[in-house]
Amino acid sequence: MPRLPTPKLPAALQGPPPRPGEENGNVAPADAAKEAGITVVDWVDERTSLSGAARWLMFRKIPKGTNWYYTLGSATLFAFLSQAVTGVFLAMYYRPDAGGGAYESIRHITDQVFLGQFVRGMHLWGASVMVVLVFLHMARTFLFGAYKYPRELNWVIGVVLLILTLVMALTGYLLPFDQRAYWATVVANNITATGPLIGPYLGDFLRAGPEFGATTLSRFYSIHMLVVPGLIAALIGAHLYLVTKLGTTAPPWQKVETRPELNEAEV
Amino acid sequence: MSDKRAQHKSKYTLDRGIPGAFEGETITRRRLMTGTANAAGAVAVAAFALPALGFALGPIFETQPHSWQDIGPVDAFNPNNYVPVVVTITPGVSEIGKTTAYVRQKNPAIDTDRPDRDTPYIAISTRCAHVGCPVRWVDAAERFVCPCHGGVYDLLGRRVSGPPVRPLDRFPTRVRAGRVQLYTARFSVNSQLRRFSPRDPGEPLDGIGQYLYPSRPSARKP
Repeated sequence: MPRLPTPKLPAALQGPPPRPGEENGNVAPADAAKEAGITVVDWVDERTSLSGAARWLMFRKIPKGTNWYYTLGSATLFAFLSQAVTGVFLAMYYRPDAGGGAYESIRHITDQVFLGQFVRGMHLWGASVMVVLVFLHMARTFLFGAYKYPRELNWVIGVVLLILTLVMALTGYLLPFDQRAYWATVVANNITATGPLIGPYLGDFLRAGPEFGATTLSRFYSIHMLVVPGLIAALIGAHLYLVTKLGTTAPPWQKVETRPELNEAEV
Repeated sequence: MSDKRAQHKSKYTLDRGIPGAFEGETITRRRLMTGTANAAGAVAVAAFALPALGFALGPIFETQPHSWQDIGPVDAFNPNNYVPVVVTITPGVSEIGKTTAYVRQKNPAIDTDRPDRDTPYIAISTRCAHVGCPVRWVDAAERFVCPCHGGVYDLLGRRVSGPPVRPLDRFPTRVRAGRVQLYTARFSVNSQLRRFSPRDPGEPLDGIGQYLYPSRPSARKP
């Protein structure tokens, strides 16, 4: 006698449906331990869809002829990251005290702190390296014609980043607070003040008054470690987004490959 | 197309056929709420951004306090040569608040110009009028010489050669009870030694210069 099929349990009595990746419903503990890393990544990705963004950013098509000159942008980025990391740790020992404490704290970092001379040297020489790399990266972009449509906005962002990098170089120069730092900043401030009409007020803003005073150093320190790095980081984000969205250019000597057999027959 | 829409547009939401419109209503509730939320956000941002901006820009509008400082007895200075004195023009910052001034007694034979009339002693600021390096008085040459970019000034502080755009600044002086006193606020002079409120170095005061580089609230004429 044929039997009717067993009716399904009502939805409220059924267990939860198997989650993606666990068809049997349960995984052996050993396997779970083995795949812990993947599980964690999957957990995050299921909630953020970050893997798509990562694939979009990292696995993109690049034109034929791409060469070592195309690494100058990444090199500048790594110079910035190095400056950011060493700068954060230098800030743990530095004191922006115009009464002599700044100079003493720099001497303390250089002479007494473990690896202090090395980290300070990284920051000091890395600053010059970053400026040089920015200009090389800019020269590559200019000479390869990579600033042309549709990449003009990225060129503009790059020029703003160049200016901000030079602002970093200028404001960082005062922080050791030795004779060279002091007089270089006096001169730089006075050059700023020679801009017509707004120059005198700009000079007062940078110095926090008509003379180099007690808060000039802390003002430069704040600009150097808080204001400008934040702007640079945000603009680097925009710069990289546009590079990824628009793609890179082939070098100018790269010839377009044509396949004659695909040409339409002339009538 | 824009002309057509302009014709159709009425002041009242009811006439524009918007669902749920009331009689005599000129703005939809949705638009009012959106506008209110945006305005509230703008007020909240302004509430912290404007004070922060004023806080950072404040020093531009504040006048620095200045004082008279004793720089020695009257017979420490002579009318023919300069004596360097160190004065504190910015208190509370130790060495960087100090600057050097070269002082001599007024010599009626050469100090005939207006800024010299009310000052019994001539006090020349050592801040070079090019970009602000410290000049020194070279006795043998009777010149002020700047070490940075080769600015040279004569006995009265007028430019002789090099890049400076105006004469050296000066400090007001006075005599009290046999002691010479110097006021810590500089004043600037143009090439005719006419007196102006203090300007930063590199800012010319001849011709259009005095208008391109206006007087600042932070440093008025002493």
